[in-house]
Amino acid sequence: METTEYVIKQISVFSENKPGRLAAIAKALQDEKINIFAFSIAEAKGFGVVRLLVDRPEPALKKLADIGFMVSFTDVIAVKMKDEPGGLYDTARILGDSGINIEYSYAYSGREAAVLILRVDRVDEAITKLVGNDADLLKAGVFS
Amino acid sequence: MKWDPRIEEMPVDELAQLQYKRLKTLVYRLYSFSDFYHARMKEHSVHPDDIRSLEDASKLPFMYKSDLRDNYPDRLFTSSQDELVRYHVSSGTTGKPTVVGYTQNDLEIWTTSLARGLTACGIGRGDVMQVSYGYGLFTGGLGLHYGAERIGATVVPTSVGNTERQIELMQDLRVTAIACTPSYMVHIGEVAEKMGVSINRDTDLRTAVLGAEPWSEQMKKHIEESMGIRAYNIYGTSEMSGPMFCDCPENKGVHIWGDIAYTEVIDPDTGEKLPDGEKGELVITILQKEALPMIRYRTGDITSIDTSVCPCGRTHPRIDRIRGRVDDMLIIRGINVFPSQVEHTLLSIPEVSGHFLILVDRKGALDDMMVQVEMNPEAFSDKVQDIMEIRSKVAHILKNSLNISVGVELVAPGTLPRFEGKAKRVIDRRSI
Repeated sequence: METTEYVIKQISVFSENKPGRLAAIAKALQDEKINIFAFSIAEAKGFGVVRLLVDRPEPALKKLADIGFMVSFTDVIAVKMKDEPGGLYDTARILGDSGINIEYSYAYSGREAAVLILRVDRVDEAITKLVGNDADLLKAGVFS
Repeated sequence: MKWDPRIEEMPVDELAQLQYKRLKTLVYRLYSFSDFYHARMKEHSVHPDDIRSLEDASKLPFMYKSDLRDNYPDRLFTSSQDELVRYHVSSGTTGKPTVVGYTQNDLEIWTTSLARGLTACGIGRGDVMQVSYGYGLFTGGLGLHYGAERIGATVVPTSVGNTERQIELMQDLRVTAIACTPSYMVHIGEVAEKMGVSINRDTDLRTAVLGAEPWSEQMKKHIEESMGIRAYNIYGTSEMSGPMFCDCPENKGVHIWGDIAYTEVIDPDTGEKLPDGEKGELVITILQKEALPMIRYRTGDITSIDTSVCPCGRTHPRIDRIRGRVDDMLIIRGINVFPSQVEHTLLSIPEVSGHFLILVDRKGALDDMMVQVEMNPEAFSDKVQDIMEIRSKVAHILKNSLNISVGVELVAPGTLPRFEGKAKRVIDRRSI
């Protein structure tokens, strides 16, 4: 099946682990009037990786690179979950049964539903399996 | 006590005569047998016949660390391989090591020099000496080992590391003397304290021979008072052979044996010889070295010379504590590290750039070196694990090249300071 419409461009930003770095990222996006839907921070000793889903990924990436951040796009998928007990299980089970590994994941509770953002080892296969099992995937268009 | 009073108390004018004779022989020998030094003398229009007094040594061209590097591994040697009995290898300025070779005679002179020095520190037969310098390519361990054996001390060759075991052995074998870096001595004191062992009360240790890194009079006092021992200073570089010269109970500087070495302190900018007491760069000529003769070797170490007779009766010139470096060489846990060597190594790793900063601290008693380096954007991965692997890789390659473990911090491109002209890539926050 055609999977590209479900592949979402997440912005990943390398950040030294020191005060003011997240504020600098947030300020830059505010200046460009870019809205952040979801974000997470993965931390390690001395540094972190800030991951963002935004409404206009291309200008956001350019802006952050221009002010000196090390940035890249990462392909993720976003699954709408039922915001009720078992919602996460439905999604995780499909991937687990298919032998697809989740490298990392984070979630946000939106107005309409809870959304689970996933980075997996095999993106296309994950999309095919999820859609095949009636999971509700957000399309990339939602974010731009 | 003196190991060889006849030499050590030799009248100053006799010593100068002996030095002149040996210098002259050395210069003739090198002019005849060393292509390198022959060419260098020609470049400076100096002929062996121009050396008509000891003062004429100032006509001779200098040798530099870079000469050893440029002639890696053994092109400066004036003995063939079958005459050599040992190699030592130390780090060079650009990641390329420098190799020092020794004939049996070279080892003999090195050992004799240490026998005199260790005797001056009050060590001898009946002492148990723990050698806590690294054994191996580094000159410290084996050098002190041979020197201590020569004076009849019983050697405990612990090398560095595993400090708790070192302290146990110190107690069990009734160690009375130790040789190590001053910072490792402080570290031993701290670890002993944690183990509930007082070096002063619970061990027989009374003498420490400390060197291979610069240290202050203040640190000496601290070591002596906190551990109830006498601390002596030892000096030497691998180009001279290794750690070679010690001070004496008078605490008036390190005796550089005149029959073995001719010592000058020069203005590093003009090359002019400086008078007693004035700080400058130490320049050493090893008078009888066979395998790798060094004439007017620019050590890069800053000190001053005192040619007056020491109250201990030894007539040989003394040098003050090393006050710093002419170049940007760092001494980390006794090992020489050149920022240029770090740069050279980093440039060979595709995931990082050549923009870096070295931060040196003292954590507890031990030196801690951290290298901050900018990542190449192409190497940036969204996965934390990937970045950690790059960091481990950089740390591993640096360790192999520098021979010491250093911390690595990856930073984003463009975040480290840029320099116009001479880069200042080292922030040394140690206070010694």
